[in-house]
Amino acid sequence: MSRKVMFVLGMLVIVALMLTACAPAPAAKTSGTEKTVTIGFTASQTGKYNVESSRQTNGLKMWVNDVNNAGGIKLSDGTVLKFATKFYDDESNKDRVQELYTRLATEDNANFLISPYSSGLTAAAAVIAEQYGKIMITTGAASDATYKQGYTLVYQAYTPASRYLTSSVDLLGSLDASAKKIAFVYENSKFSTSVVEAAKAYAEAQGYDVVLFEGYDPDTSDFNPFINKIQAVSPDAIMGGGHFQDGSTFARQINEKNLPVKFISLLVAPPEPTFSELGDAAVGVAGPSQWEAAAKYSPEAAKAAGMDWLGLSSTEFAQKYEKAYGEAPSYHAAGGYAAGLLLQNAIQKADSIETAKVKAALDATNLMIFFGPLKFDTSADAHGLQVGHSMIVVQWQRDSSGKLVKQVVWPASGATADPLYPIH
Amino acid sequence: MVNVLLASLIDGLLIGFVYGIAAMGLSLIFGVMDVVNLAHGPIIALGMFGVYLLFSVLGLNPFIALILVAMMGLLFGLVMYMTAVHRVIDAPPLSSLLATFAVNMMIIGIGTSLFTTSSYNVEYSLGTVTAGPINVTGTRLAASLIAILVTAALYWFLYYTRTGKYIRAVANNRSSAELMGIPSTRILALSFGIGTMLAAIAGGLIATIFPINILAGGSYELKSFVIVVMGGLGNPLGALIGGLILGLMEGVVPVFMKTTWVPVLEFMLFIIILLVRPQGILGAKE
Repeated sequence: MSRKVMFVLGMLVIVALMLTACAPAPAAKTSGTEKTVTIGFTASQTGKYNVESSRQTNGLKMWVNDVNNAGGIKLSDGTVLKFATKFYDDESNKDRVQELYTRLATEDNANFLISPYSSGLTAAAAVIAEQYGKIMITTGAASDATYKQGYTLVYQAYTPASRYLTSSVDLLGSLDASAKKIAFVYENSKFSTSVVEAAKAYAEAQGYDVVLFEGYDPDTSDFNPFINKIQAVSPDAIMGGGHFQDGSTFARQINEKNLPVKFISLLVAPPEPTFSELGDAAVGVAGPSQWEAAAKYSPEAAKAAGMDWLGLSSTEFAQKYEKAYGEAPSYHAAGGYAAGLLLQNAIQKADSIETAKVKAALDATNLMIFFGPLKFDTSADAHGLQVGHSMIVVQWQRDSSGKLVKQVVWPASGATADPLYPIH
Repeated sequence: MVNVLLASLIDGLLIGFVYGIAAMGLSLIFGVMDVVNLAHGPIIALGMFGVYLLFSVLGLNPFIALILVAMMGLLFGLVMYMTAVHRVIDAPPLSSLLATFAVNMMIIGIGTSLFTTSSYNVEYSLGTVTAGPINVTGTRLAASLIAILVTAALYWFLYYTRTGKYIRAVANNRSSAELMGIPSTRILALSFGIGTMLAAIAGGLIATIFPINILAGGSYELKSFVIVVMGGLGNPLGALIGGLILGLMEGVVPVFMKTTWVPVLEFMLFIIILLVRPQGILGAKE
């Protein structure tokens, strides 16, 4: 073979390689009848949402492993769908979220998106999902506002913020009819503000006197000015908080200052297993939770409620998670897994991964899983808002051996212990 | 109302001392060598993590750990001065700003990769001191007492030791001090070291009161700038007074209005002082 022919052949090979490299990546990689579906999301591996976000990501990854290990999802045309994740660190930063979701939707060609953790970051991601026509299941994002923007492809797994603290108000009412004064001290964030505004309206409608209603900066580390103010209005209950870091600091400083209060219910922090690291400061602190391992949702309960059932039980989830990650799962972890199950259910029902078909299946969701019942609002005003799921209330108590245990105290029908009241 | 005001006043005053020594570090460095240390915040964060690690890994009492952290702060300052600051000391101010900013970025970068930006707590309690309706946590009280001791020690050092007098002489007029045989390079390095040592001590004290993260020094750096301008640039005693004012405002303002108004009022006062008394309350370095 002459050198000229060799040169021409070599050039052809190089051009062919370059063309292959430049070709757009297929939306879903196909190998025989097996397709890989890419689930794109961002995780807050650094920044203030690190704790909650890591658990959410762990839950989601566990779902991916479970569904793949079970042989994937088999479609009627014989295609087997396997799932893969593609994710980046969003640094708990809204600007990063928008950049990264754009990248996931365009360069990475993710088939479906899962939200980051927190309402603020999710609001930023939802715009991108809608803009690029990608279905996004949100988890760890309770604020109602995101679902009232006219989006059609964003679906919420969590109970919305407007119903987050109302169960704590109900619990207080059931414990003490004479308790009438509530102080709301909350993080100035999208999520916490929408929770406490709804809870305040609810409490006032129940005849409570809201004696303090004040927000704090998300980076607050000194809660003493608030604690002094709370002491001045001597409320029966304190409600509010925001996320894990500020909530646990707030609880710690309430305890350090020996604030005499009968009931405390804080957002997000108390359901976290690591909240027990506060020791005495954790005792008596209650909080709404999206899910607890003690929750009893079963195929029978689903059948009785006329709903579909999918996946594993709460106990199985808790055991599996503990085995995989060496710690008890919080509701953030359960939420991550639930988001995967929601998508799995919709793909199975749609028998396709086409956006329009999966969207129709999501709209028609009437599902119960270990996380609880799930159903979406399909009205134009609040499309995608979760309407099926509801909150439970947990409280940290010491057991007979003095160990801190997280107990379910509300609703009474599912309680694992009597509420500790008054706590001081 | 009186009880709340009193409790807030005490809380504010106690934290004010800690703000004061954080700002004194910045003020001393500016006063002696006209360098604005943009790595001040990250050095405060290093102080925080120093106490956290000595406490949680070696089990040292955080207030004992503070002595080691102070020495490491001094050493860090000496090394930082010799490597990053000394060669730009006589260059236009932008050079030293950039040099210290580079150190700032290095500390933040290394710190973030080691500790992430998550929060950590020094799980140490000294109980609560109760006097009538007022509760003060033991750690806050101890931190303030140490801050007062450190301030007193700094003053004794600057006014009653030969080296302290050298520092003041160099701050006053470096050329004349050199003519008198004062080794100015060594004095500049030492002053820088003492400045970073004060920042590290402030960080260590903050770690005993509040949760910490590698970026937490940033907010104390900002407070330090406000404090030194209020108290008088380059005047360490002014920095202490500025710290107390800021602490008091943070304690007392929330009694009367929402806490979100605190920075608004702080910066209003800042602008008023710049307009009415630009040299600061105690007067800037001549």
